[in-house]
Amino acid sequence: MHRRTLLQGTGLALAAPRLALAQGNARTLRFVPQGNLANIDPVWTTTTLARNHGLMVYDTLFGLGRDFQPKPQMAAGHEVSADGLTHAVTLRADLRFHDGQPVLARDCIASIARWSKRDVLGQHLALLLEEVRVKADDRFEIVLKKPWPGLAWALGKPSANICAIMPERIAQTNPFTQITEYVGSGPFRFRRSQWVPGSMAAYERFSGYVPRDEPADFLAGGKVVHFDRVEWHVMPDPATAAAALQNNEVDWWETPLADLLPVLRGNRDIAIEVVNTAGALAMIRFNHLHPPFDRAEVRRALLPAIEQTAFMQAALGEDRALWQVPAGAFTPGTPLANSVGMEALAGPRDLEAAKRALAAAGYRGEPVVILSPTDFPTINALSEVAADALRRVGMKVDLQSMDWGTLVQRRAKREAPAQGGWNIFCTTWEGLDVSVPGSHQPIRGNGAQGWIGWSTSPRREALREAWFDAPDQAAERKIAEELQALVWEEAPFIPLGLLRPPQAFRRSLTNIVTGGPPLFWNVRRG
Amino acid sequence: MFAYAVRRVLATIPVMAIVALFVFSLLYIAPGDPAAVIAGDQATPQDVERIRASLGLDRPFLIRFGEWVWNILNGDMGVSIFTNLPVTTMIQQRIEPTVSLMVLTLCLAVSIAVPMGVIAAWKQGSWIDRAVMGFAVLGFSVPVFVVGYVLAYIFALELDWLPVQGYTAFREGFFPWLENLILPSIALGGVYIALIARITRATMLEVLQQDYIRTARAKGAGQRNILFLHALKNAAVPIVTVIGIGIALLIGGAVVTESVFAIPGLGRLTVDAILRRDYPVIQGVVLLFSFVYVLVNLLIDLAYTLFDPRIRY
Repeated sequence: MHRRTLLQGTGLALAAPRLALAQGNARTLRFVPQGNLANIDPVWTTTTLARNHGLMVYDTLFGLGRDFQPKPQMAAGHEVSADGLTHAVTLRADLRFHDGQPVLARDCIASIARWSKRDVLGQHLALLLEEVRVKADDRFEIVLKKPWPGLAWALGKPSANICAIMPERIAQTNPFTQITEYVGSGPFRFRRSQWVPGSMAAYERFSGYVPRDEPADFLAGGKVVHFDRVEWHVMPDPATAAAALQNNEVDWWETPLADLLPVLRGNRDIAIEVVNTAGALAMIRFNHLHPPFDRAEVRRALLPAIEQTAFMQAALGEDRALWQVPAGAFTPGTPLANSVGMEALAGPRDLEAAKRALAAAGYRGEPVVILSPTDFPTINALSEVAADALRRVGMKVDLQSMDWGTLVQRRAKREAPAQGGWNIFCTTWEGLDVSVPGSHQPIRGNGAQGWIGWSTSPRREALREAWFDAPDQAAERKIAEELQALVWEEAPFIPLGLLRPPQAFRRSLTNIVTGGPPLFWNVRRG
Repeated sequence: MFAYAVRRVLATIPVMAIVALFVFSLLYIAPGDPAAVIAGDQATPQDVERIRASLGLDRPFLIRFGEWVWNILNGDMGVSIFTNLPVTTMIQQRIEPTVSLMVLTLCLAVSIAVPMGVIAAWKQGSWIDRAVMGFAVLGFSVPVFVVGYVLAYIFALELDWLPVQGYTAFREGFFPWLENLILPSIALGGVYIALIARITRATMLEVLQQDYIRTARAKGAGQRNILFLHALKNAAVPIVTVIGIGIALLIGGAVVTESVFAIPGLGRLTVDAILRRDYPVIQGVVLLFSFVYVLVNLLIDLAYTLFDPRIRY
């Protein structure tokens, strides 16, 4: 054999499997998620990835539409009694679990019970719950002690934790223990045997799933699947993910690094679009237990020094389509976002005013410990800008870099900063989480029982409670406006802008559902 | 030699015990709380405590360590805190890509580096020698991830000859397996080639000055015979030693290489576990790496007898 023939033959042999793979990929959607799907029980954990996984594998009784209002999903209908206390839910016909068993009312009740022990709105339901009654295999009633118009919203919201409907035997698992059986009710079946945590998760279209006979409407409407298989390929290195997308080895990348967007935009086969329009609200969170931020005057004094645009540019670059300012206490673009008091952050910035306010508030040069996670580039950038802003107004800043795993432990410490505690960290919250007071943890004022930072404010707590009772959106909006005014007064956190990180995908993909997390129904190839 | 091998294998037991205690202690005092990571932002402090209790993380150090050692002795490395999968399953899922990468890199490196070193020594002072030494400096200086990116850019993006990332199991065919590993092996092998080539050259230069080489030349032995039969065999002991030491380099380099080329190997498993504080996985993988390293050293020691009959155990 001639040497050249041998080389050509070897080349063909190497290329052949790639050609075969490309042909086999037509019915497979290859997706690069934002991180590693490390756990797969969407009720046990609050991670975004487990939630995204949950939305594929489990259906929900209600789903939010593009207008962020709840619509029946597994439910065929939802009737509320005249006194607002009884919610009757009738299930759609032909609902099946992945093991072929029908979805029954008792499965839904057990699923709601497990969810209500972990989710913040579920816990509110548990407080209000009088009883749950099975009326028939396909019908049940939730009876409340007092009316809660937001119940359907809570059962259909996509933010963690979702109220995933599982078979009763699985839903009876202790909510603080992971489930071990993965029988879902959603349009995709999880292939656990092919799951390699940190590398790949595979899903197959569940042929027994009957979608609603309606167009897809974010998390509501018909969840029609056009791929036989969806694969999540975990790629920790952004450069590798970018190259794989360019080389047609994957179809869709959830979180392209801002630095790599120009390269991807240069490729005519790749589209860059904002899929998660609800985005994520960036913020500075204070530790309310220790000086100097134990006083509202000091926290409030920083407001004139906060330039939201600078934070957004540091996080996502110059492209204004990828972020939104000004941003208030609630996610811009959602029904409760409002402009009350926005001049606190939207007006001209005034460092001298901030310095004067700090001096008047009695800041004595105490060191300010800022925690910054280096393995989260966006939050790290926000932390750097926050540190700079504080230095500019004369604060003594100690910016401490660490990995996220260390940060989550460190921020839970209530000791003084000098004893291993902290003063400030920056973070981002899923836009839908902080779009309503009920699931808006940073706005809460329940002190030691509350979210990290331990802000105490009976007024904010009272308004939050009032939101649960609000009869309509006008009333909700009024409460949201009052809450936002309180945020500027008490400054439990400072909003830094709405991040709308874009997603990158091959132009061969069409009809991607926008609004929130990546969804794998409706999307098709070609 | 058999008795020696048995003694050495038995000697790994205290070594492994020390490694186990060290790793367990280190993780115990290291910052980070998996319960807080799992619970997320919506959780109350009570929720975090309940998760910590359900994972057994609230128990005293000695009880946890004793239980872990007992389970290890019974072949049970525990269950991942996050995935709920047995650590042995997770290691099994990941071991083939890492072993494949290391074996291919080892073969590639030895087959390139040893002839390079021999030729450089033979042509000492020539342009070939300088080129080999220049390559060695480059191999040591350029980080693995830079080599990886450059290779992926040229051979995957520009030429479209090879894939950018991923791994195909050997059972799915030799060529798909090889296709995914060519670039990572070259990237990872750079440092290794440089190391072996330099040692081979230095050792060969010393051996080539020996009297028996002059005698072989005087007897009319050919250059190839002198280099590869007489000189290389006598230079083999230090070269084999360096190859063994280099396994540690490969283990370290595999962590980076697997990340750059998205290979689902043990290196990435280790990094993921460390970032999440998945203690059972970290302990299992580090213990495995330690065992492999001890075993490789034993094999290297035993291999000395093949190259130098004077060595007896």
